[in-house]
Amino acid sequence: MPKDPSIKKVLVIGSGPIIIGQAAEFDYSGTQACRALKSEGIETVLVNSNPATIMTDPDIADHVYIEPLTAAVIEKVIEIEKPDAILPNLGGQMGLNLSMELARSGYLDRSGVRLLACRPDTIDRAEDRQLFKDTMEKLHQPIIPSKVVEDLDDALDFAEVIGYPVIVRPAFTMGGTGGGICEDREKLHEIATNGLRLSPIHQILVEKCIAGWKEIEYEVMRDAKGNVITVCNMENMDPVGIHTGDSIVVAPSQTLSDKEYQMLRTAALDIITELGIEGGCNCQFALKPDSFEYAVIEVNPRVSRSSALASKATGYPIAKVATKIALGYTLDEITNDVTGETCACFEPALDYVVVKYPKWPFDKFVYADKSLGTQMMATGEVMAIGNNFEHAMMKAVSSTELGMDTLTLPAFEEMATEEIIEHLHVQDSERAFCVYEALKRGVPHQTIYDITKIDWWFLDKLQHLANLELGLKNGELTREKYLEAKKYGFLDKTILRLSGADRLPVENYRAGFKMVDTCAAEFAAKTPYFYSTYDEDNEAAQFIAEHSDPKKKKVLVFGSGPIRIGQGIEFDYCSVHAVWTLKEHGCEAILVNNNPETVSTDFDTGDRLYFDPLNPESVDNIIATEKPDACVVQFGGQTAIKLAKHMDEIGLPILGTPADAIDEAEDRERFDELLERCGIPRPEGRTVFTLDEALKAAQEVGYPVLMRPSYVLGGQNMIVAYNSADVIEYMGVITAHVDMSHPVLMDKYILGTECEVDAICDGEDYLIPGVMEHIERTGIHSGDSISVYPPYNFSRKVIDTLVDYTGRFARELKVVGLVNVQYAVQDGKVYVIEVNPRSSRTVPYISKVTGVPMVDLAVRCSLGEKLKDMGYGTGLWRDGQSPYYAVKVPVFSFEKLHGVDTMLGPEMKSTGEVLGIAPNFHGAMLKGLVGAGYQFKRPGPGSCVIISVKDSDKAEAADLAWKLHDYGYKIYGTAGTARYLNSQMIPCSTVRQMSGERPNIIDLLESGLVDYIITTSPHGRDPHRDSVKFRRKATELSIPCITALDTARVLVDELRGDHDVSKIELVDISTLHRKKS
Amino acid sequence: MNAYLVLANGMVFTGKSVGCPGTTVGEVVFATGMVGFEETLTDPSYYGQIITQTYPLIGNYGMNSEDMESDRVWARGYIVREACTAPSNFRCEMTLDEFLKKNRVIGIEGIDTRRLTRILRESGVMNGAITTEFDPGADAEKLAALMAEIKPYAVTDAVISVTCREPATFEPTGGLAEGEQPLNVALLDLGCKKNIVRCLRKRGCRVTVLPGTATAADLAALHADGLMLSNGPGDPAENVEIIHNIREMLDTGIPTFGICLGHQLTALAAGAKTTKLKYGHRGANQPATEFATGRTFITSQNHGYAVMGETLPADVGAVSHVNANDKTCEGVAYTKWNCFTVQFHPEASGGPKDTEYLFDRFVERMKQAKGGL
Repeated sequence: MPKDPSIKKVLVIGSGPIIIGQAAEFDYSGTQACRALKSEGIETVLVNSNPATIMTDPDIADHVYIEPLTAAVIEKVIEIEKPDAILPNLGGQMGLNLSMELARSGYLDRSGVRLLACRPDTIDRAEDRQLFKDTMEKLHQPIIPSKVVEDLDDALDFAEVIGYPVIVRPAFTMGGTGGGICEDREKLHEIATNGLRLSPIHQILVEKCIAGWKEIEYEVMRDAKGNVITVCNMENMDPVGIHTGDSIVVAPSQTLSDKEYQMLRTAALDIITELGIEGGCNCQFALKPDSFEYAVIEVNPRVSRSSALASKATGYPIAKVATKIALGYTLDEITNDVTGETCACFEPALDYVVVKYPKWPFDKFVYADKSLGTQMMATGEVMAIGNNFEHAMMKAVSSTELGMDTLTLPAFEEMATEEIIEHLHVQDSERAFCVYEALKRGVPHQTIYDITKIDWWFLDKLQHLANLELGLKNGELTREKYLEAKKYGFLDKTILRLSGADRLPVENYRAGFKMVDTCAAEFAAKTPYFYSTYDEDNEAAQFIAEHSDPKKKKVLVFGSGPIRIGQGIEFDYCSVHAVWTLKEHGCEAILVNNNPETVSTDFDTGDRLYFDPLNPESVDNIIATEKPDACVVQFGGQTAIKLAKHMDEIGLPILGTPADAIDEAEDRERFDELLERCGIPRPEGRTVFTLDEALKAAQEVGYPVLMRPSYVLGGQNMIVAYNSADVIEYMGVITAHVDMSHPVLMDKYILGTECEVDAICDGEDYLIPGVMEHIERTGIHSGDSISVYPPYNFSRKVIDTLVDYTGRFARELKVVGLVNVQYAVQDGKVYVIEVNPRSSRTVPYISKVTGVPMVDLAVRCSLGEKLKDMGYGTGLWRDGQSPYYAVKVPVFSFEKLHGVDTMLGPEMKSTGEVLGIAPNFHGAMLKGLVGAGYQFKRPGPGSCVIISVKDSDKAEAADLAWKLHDYGYKIYGTAGTARYLNSQMIPCSTVRQMSGERPNIIDLLESGLVDYIITTSPHGRDPHRDSVKFRRKATELSIPCITALDTARVLVDELRGDHDVSKIELVDISTLHRKKS
Repeated sequence: MNAYLVLANGMVFTGKSVGCPGTTVGEVVFATGMVGFEETLTDPSYYGQIITQTYPLIGNYGMNSEDMESDRVWARGYIVREACTAPSNFRCEMTLDEFLKKNRVIGIEGIDTRRLTRILRESGVMNGAITTEFDPGADAEKLAALMAEIKPYAVTDAVISVTCREPATFEPTGGLAEGEQPLNVALLDLGCKKNIVRCLRKRGCRVTVLPGTATAADLAALHADGLMLSNGPGDPAENVEIIHNIREMLDTGIPTFGICLGHQLTALAAGAKTTKLKYGHRGANQPATEFATGRTFITSQNHGYAVMGETLPADVGAVSHVNANDKTCEGVAYTKWNCFTVQFHPEASGGPKDTEYLFDRFVERMKQAKGGL
């Protein structure tokens, strides 16, 4: 069936902000979908609230709306753009839910918009627990004994019938939010109550726990004609019980024989056929390790995180093919781009092993509960490819950037063997390392298997790695031993460290590269997609010889690795744009990255893609094969920046800002000298290595002080210390988690308005697309602050100073490319907080709202062009004038991270962001807040707000309390706050603290009447504190809990007006851009 | 112990011995399935060949006695990148190495199988040898002697070598309603995989396996309801006598279903020609498009020769399936005879079971023919 000619314009809905469970993979799939639509000559309209994405680029879609993802907004977009159809299955759960809402309400029918690829009843049959059960029963597909319940008593009764442990899965929540394993009645009571509340339809599934079974996934595709294929199957190293997003996953499956493999494959194909899905689908199975018994766990009737992984693991472009299927093509009509000859109706054959390793935020949230379960915790993931499992695993561990180069975690090395065995029971993010330590100690595989149920095959492979590590530690480092270690992924520096040898038996032993080609070399492929191995054969070298243009300059671009808090999708945006610009300007761009969720790791983004770790040795291997002319480090976040020094050492020219400038900006003493040369004031500060030095420095500078380790991103381990106890606590934490070869920085904490400036420099001139003013005062990390462009509060003089200072830095640091400077403004005086001579988190957002293609210009500067020739002028872009306000609002994933204090501070906690754009400040702010999930419910009978603030905030809080009271809210305050508000004649009832007699604040929270909480308290982090518990409780109940008065102020102001965002003008940001010539 | 793979083009790969030591010469082919290595090893269609597995980790789930597709290994050698020494699966009975030793198979592990595959892809299937008996780099004389064996090697008398010696009958295992009589299927064993027999038995067929040399008279004596032509090894055109027999059998009008070599021999019997493919189709991911429905199915395949669809006389039948990748003939629907044949393996093992419904179609045909009598 060829393409349906009636489809001329298609609406694609994105997945919104990055949150745990919904990360960059949907930018990848959405971008691929848009490009596939474009290549079919279809006009595309894109709606997504996330400004950091590539899909929201005017280059990707024809019309781009960065607007809140609500049904009302989508309806308005449909009215403006009048698309023929909507593509619902590529924007994650968010895009799918919205599309279904519009379909069910009859809106799509009324407006004549077709829903492509799926029908609402299909989605219901996959996602509604009861309908899913019925469907599986009809297909004779086994499922786990379970019951859908809508109240707690039913849940408890059913659990008695099937026996504990049971698993609770709330309906229609993403990433399993609110679910969990319940060992007993008490735990079920807690989890079921929570799950019922979180489910939008108040429905949960209670099912028999089959923890310990193998967890196997199949990615399948189907077209309208009924052709079905499996793209890939995957086996979780962690058995059922740990969310697949938190599991170490291998592709293809390793411990399944053909009989089991085909049994589950057939089941998956029967399911997709019965559901009638046209596109991609993910089926998860549990397989009993000692029989053919299995059960269908879950079916995702859309492109998912696993689809992104399967695409990268096989080279099969699932999102693109799914898009073409939605347009009416059948699988056999679609060409396999990888070979260029064969068709998309085939199943990829792998001749390598893929390991996916999750990236958890626990290195940032030291107090978070690291245990894993049915609710996903990882913010991102890495993928590694090897031709043996061990090599892939070693690459994966290196790529997670945990500072580890083997699976040895120092903390476990110090434990006694009995403790290690005991610790195997702990199902947390470090379990693979615990297993590894046990294997090194010779703990029998049976013991480990009995506790962890990790398959013997994996234990044997990990044992092999353990033996290699132990072998390197003992005896002479022979040539054989060295070559063996290399084959299984040990880095040279690791081999030297473990063996104690002072030189390697083989000098400059370099890896070769093999191609990922979907077909195990059966056909000659054209994909420039490679991974390293220690075979003699080097397919990349052959590919370069045949395809590379010797006249072109070859530039290596380093990607940003896994998505984590502080280093998100924005750096993938920058890397991808850098690649595109390099290609447009006559260079060959060679990408290195290890994140399967991203656009950068699509094999047709760069001229060549190396899917390998971003460590010096790994990069050296690539350089030895590619022999590039230069590299680019400023776009890949800290991951790429960390490689700058090494590039300098090996003498590979860095395009743009030199490595020394990075050091100058990050090294405290050199930075002080720089400031002196520039004549710019900064808060007084010190550099310390030890606790004694820290206490002394704090005394000299005066409390409060801002403390942070140098060389960090996202304010990792950054705090404001108010007294010596804080300093003692934090030095303890920092030294435990950070490599202390770099010092801790300590600065006088300036209380003022924070703002930041991104600039592009060519070494002489600079261009500032825009200045962003933060809503929250200093002390809250810029990534967690609401940020407003253009500034709404600054005097001309302040803006002039900001522009002037930024220019001085740029010139003095010899920046060629991007620079980001953060400032604090106190009483009209401007202080610099930090300078980062690299791309920043705000680059995508500012590029989009100003129409200045920042990365593009930065790359051109680094290639030698001058800003004044580029047509965007120099200095402050359009003199700071903008037709629109753009407000960036951070989004958090606190409900997923147990034990993490939601109090904002200098350490970044948000996982993503949304943007609101409108002609005026209030409109933009409202859009931003709505996009971030604030619901703006009108106060009903009994609606109340709880206020609990520290003394210094009480006066300001009174003003807010008045307004809230005025809007019709009842005000509750904790004792001190209530007393103060009453003294200001504000009606406010006192509510007892958690530790007080009941009913207390917890009962009030559970009453369902609390709409907002405003709480500021000087202390946080430690999850045992009452204030932290209170905020956690609010998070678990999904009550907005505002921890900064500035945030509260804008929210309260927005509460006053009409809250209908769809009444505010929508902005097609593609109109803000000049069309590329 | 070191083992060496010597190719006809003079290339030598050094690896380690797996399975038995010794020297073996054969036609080196590659198979792309990621699972199903036991089925591959015991598939009689690999007679005379040295199999290269493109998937690097082989033997992960070990070997068992249930998944064998015939009673022994017919391949002349086995090439893997990494042979698993600690397999894990509840049915595992022995390791790959133990299995190869037990079956007297000479194997090599630890070579770059992807590189080898690329060589075979570019140059086409090539003869080669695995030896553990000397280092070809060090002993030119022995190498020359081995080369003299490699170069002229050809897979001959393949069907005769793998077919059963005596007929045997297998009762149905299912698919029969209460009191229903089984269908009698004669299966011409050209190198039959056991799963063809299993697929028929579970559909209510009593299967009598006949040696490949059986004649039309032998078939007539059985009063069979249908004829199944199995898969098998070697150059199809070599089997002049069998082709003649098959033509005679088909002329009786018996409902017939042919798979792989059975498909090729039927086409030859009908006057079509076969050709040797450059490097064949061996894997579990080959797309075959059925013209009647327009559907494309993922199929398991193992063949080095193909029917040249365009040589099929128009009055005998028409091509029913083609390979969606290279458009080679994947199936024929005959009009002259009550017969349909496919190049791929609907019985799978290993590979996808998506076309197993063809056995249902065969059963239907037999029932129709029976009802019409």
